[in-house]
Amino acid sequence: MSNLSIALVGNPNCGKTALFNQLTGGRQKVANYAGVTVERKEGSFRAPSGRRVQVLDLPGAYSLNATSPDEAITRDICMGRLDDVSPELLVCVVDATNLRLHLRFVLELRQLGRPMVVALNMSDAAKRRGIRIDRERLQAELGCPVVDTIAIRKGGAAELITRLDADGPFETPAAAPVDDLHGEVARILREAVDVPRRTAAVDDALDRVLLHPVAGLLILAVTMFLMFQAVYAWAAPFADGIDAGIGLLADGVARFMPDGLLKSLVTDGLLAGIGGVVVFLPQILILFLFILILEESGYLPRAAFLLDRLMVGAGLTGRSFIPLLSSFACAIPGIMAARTIQDPRDRLATILVAPLMTCSARLPVYALLIGAFIPNQSVGGLFNLQGVVLFVLYVAGILSALVVAYVMKMLSRDTAEHALMLELPSYRVPSPRDIALGLWERGGIFIRRVGTIILSLTIILWLLSTFPAPPAGATGPAIDYSLAGRIGHWMEPLFAPIGFNWQICIALIPGLAAREVAVSALATVYSISAADDLAAQQLTPLISSQWSIATALSLLAWYVFAPQCLSTLAVIRRETNSWKTVGLATGYLFGLAYLASLLVYQIARLWL
Amino acid sequence: MKLSDLRVGDSGVVEAVDTQADPDPIATRLGELGFVSGEPVRLVARGPLGGDPLLIQVGFTRFALRRAEAERVRLVNGAGASDE
Repeated sequence: MSNLSIALVGNPNCGKTALFNQLTGGRQKVANYAGVTVERKEGSFRAPSGRRVQVLDLPGAYSLNATSPDEAITRDICMGRLDDVSPELLVCVVDATNLRLHLRFVLELRQLGRPMVVALNMSDAAKRRGIRIDRERLQAELGCPVVDTIAIRKGGAAELITRLDADGPFETPAAAPVDDLHGEVARILREAVDVPRRTAAVDDALDRVLLHPVAGLLILAVTMFLMFQAVYAWAAPFADGIDAGIGLLADGVARFMPDGLLKSLVTDGLLAGIGGVVVFLPQILILFLFILILEESGYLPRAAFLLDRLMVGAGLTGRSFIPLLSSFACAIPGIMAARTIQDPRDRLATILVAPLMTCSARLPVYALLIGAFIPNQSVGGLFNLQGVVLFVLYVAGILSALVVAYVMKMLSRDTAEHALMLELPSYRVPSPRDIALGLWERGGIFIRRVGTIILSLTIILWLLSTFPAPPAGATGPAIDYSLAGRIGHWMEPLFAPIGFNWQICIALIPGLAAREVAVSALATVYSISAADDLAAQQLTPLISSQWSIATALSLLAWYVFAPQCLSTLAVIRRETNSWKTVGLATGYLFGLAYLASLLVYQIARLWL
Repeated sequence: MKLSDLRVGDSGVVEAVDTQADPDPIATRLGELGFVSGEPVRLVARGPLGGDPLLIQVGFTRFALRRAEAERVRLVNGAGASDE
C-alpha cells in the first residue's frame, strides 16, 4: 500500500494533540517550520495493512482568518501555500461536546475542497452528557466522512485508522461558499444533533468555586505553594540517590584509576561537573509534572482569568501566566510558550521578563550558597530561615518582573488596545499517557543539554584550569598558573566592587552557557586548586570559610537577575528574530544584576 | 445594552458586534467565536480585581473577554433575563 500523509487540524482545545499522541505514540519529532517559530509536530504510525501514515499536528486555529503566527501556519498549510508541507488528507478534529463553535471551522475548511475526514473527538463525553449526534445526517450535511474518536482511550482512534487504511484516493468536492457560517452551523445542529444542556454541570460547579473572587484566588495561591513545596520535598530522595550514585562512581574511579591527568579529568571535570547538574533532573520533572497536569486539566486558563487584571496593570496579560509559570522550570520552554500570546507587545514583554522567573538552573546556585551561609535556624518558631531566604529570592524575581514590565509599558507609551479573548475549556481528567509523553519530551531536552553543552563546557573548563601546568618549583596552587586562573584575575577588578573573587569570576564564564554550571565550575576550580582530596569533596565548608557573607549575598542577588544563560538569549533571538531584543534583554539583565549585587554587597559590608 | 453591562448570572441575546476601528480584528474575531446576531449569551463570572475580565458563555464555550472587548457586543434590548 502506498504511504499517506495527513494533517490534524482543528480549534484549540479540541483534543487534537491527544489524538496525535494516540496515533503516533512515542514516534514524534518536534521542530520548527522554516523561517518562523511555530512548532512543527510530526509523527507516523503503521496502519494494519502495512501502510505508513505520516501525521502532522497543526497549531490550533479558530478560523482561516489568522490572528497569530500559529494560525497563519495552519491557514497556509490548509490552503496549500507551503510547498514543502502538503498533506494529502486533512483530519478535522472537533470536540463533540462543542460542535456549535467547532463546526464553523469545519465549514470554513470544507470550502477549500481539500480531501477531508471529520473526527468527532471526545464522543464518549458527548454521550455521557446526553448529546445525541446523527452521524449519517451530519456526514450528509458536511459532505465528508465523519468518524468517532476518543483520543484519551486506548484504541480510541480505531475507526479513524480504518478509514485512513481504506483505498484512496480521498476526494472531497469543495462546499459551496456560505456567507453566514454560524447560521449554517445552527441549521446543521438542528438537523443532526440533540443537546439537552448547554454546558456540563461539572464545569458550572467547578467554575463557581475556582473563579470565585476570594476562594478562587486562595485556591490558586495554595496550588502554587504546594507545587513549589513538592518540587523541593518530593525531589529530595531522588536527588540524594543520584548524588550517592555519582559519589560511588567517583570513589570507584579514584580507587582504580592511576593518578594523573586522565583521573583528574574524570573526577574533577566530568563527575564533579555533570553530577552537579544531573541532580536537578528530579526537580525539573516534578515541576513539569505539575505544569502539565494543570495544563491538561484546563485549570491554567482559569489562572490566567483570575490574574489578568493584575498582569495588565503591570504591562503583561493574563495569558503571560502560563509562559511565566513554565519559566520557573526553565526560561526556554517558557519563552517558547509565549507563542500562544497573539498580541505582539504582550508577547515581547513576556519574553523579556521570563528570565527573571527563578528557573530550576538557579536552584543549584541558591542551594549551595544558602546551605553554606544562611544558618539553619527557625524564624518566629514557625519557618525555617533557609526556606525564608529562598522564598525571598523567588519573590524578588517575580516583583522585579512586574516592575520591569511596568517600566517597559511606560516607556513605550503604547495606547493601542490589546485583546484577551481567551477560551476557558471544559475541565478534563488529564490522561496519564499525554502527561508521560510530555515529561519524556522535557526530560529528554534536559538530558541532551547535559550531554552536549554542559559536558563540553565542563571539559573545556577543566582544560583551561589545568593548562598550562605550573612551572617546576612553583609554590602557589596549580590553578593560579592556568589560563582560567589568569582570566579570573583579569576579570577581578570589574567584579571587585560587588565582592566577587577570581574563582567566582571564572565560574561566571561557563555559567554563561547554563547557570547551573557555575556550581560545577566552582567545584572544578576549587577541587583543582585544593591541596588535599578531602577539601575537594566539600565545596560548602570550603566557600563558607573563604568567602565573606557579603560576597555570598551579593552572588545570590546577582543570580536573581543573572543574564548569563546563552541558551535563553539564543531562544529569545529565535523567537523574536531580532538581535535588538537580545541586546535589550542582555543589557537590562546585566545592568540590574550588577546594580543589585553592588547594593547588596556594600550594604552587607556595612551592616553585617 | 452592551454585553459588558450584564450582571453576573444574567443572560442576553446578541444583536450585533460593533466595530470600533476599520478594520477591527477584535470585532471580526468575536464574530468568529460565535458572537453573532440572535445568539444567547450569559455572564458567568467576573475577574476578582475590578470586575475585569468577564467570563462569557456563548454556545457551548466560555470565553474570558476584557471589558473593552465585551463593550463591542450589543445586546437586544429587553431580552435580558436572569436565569439563576
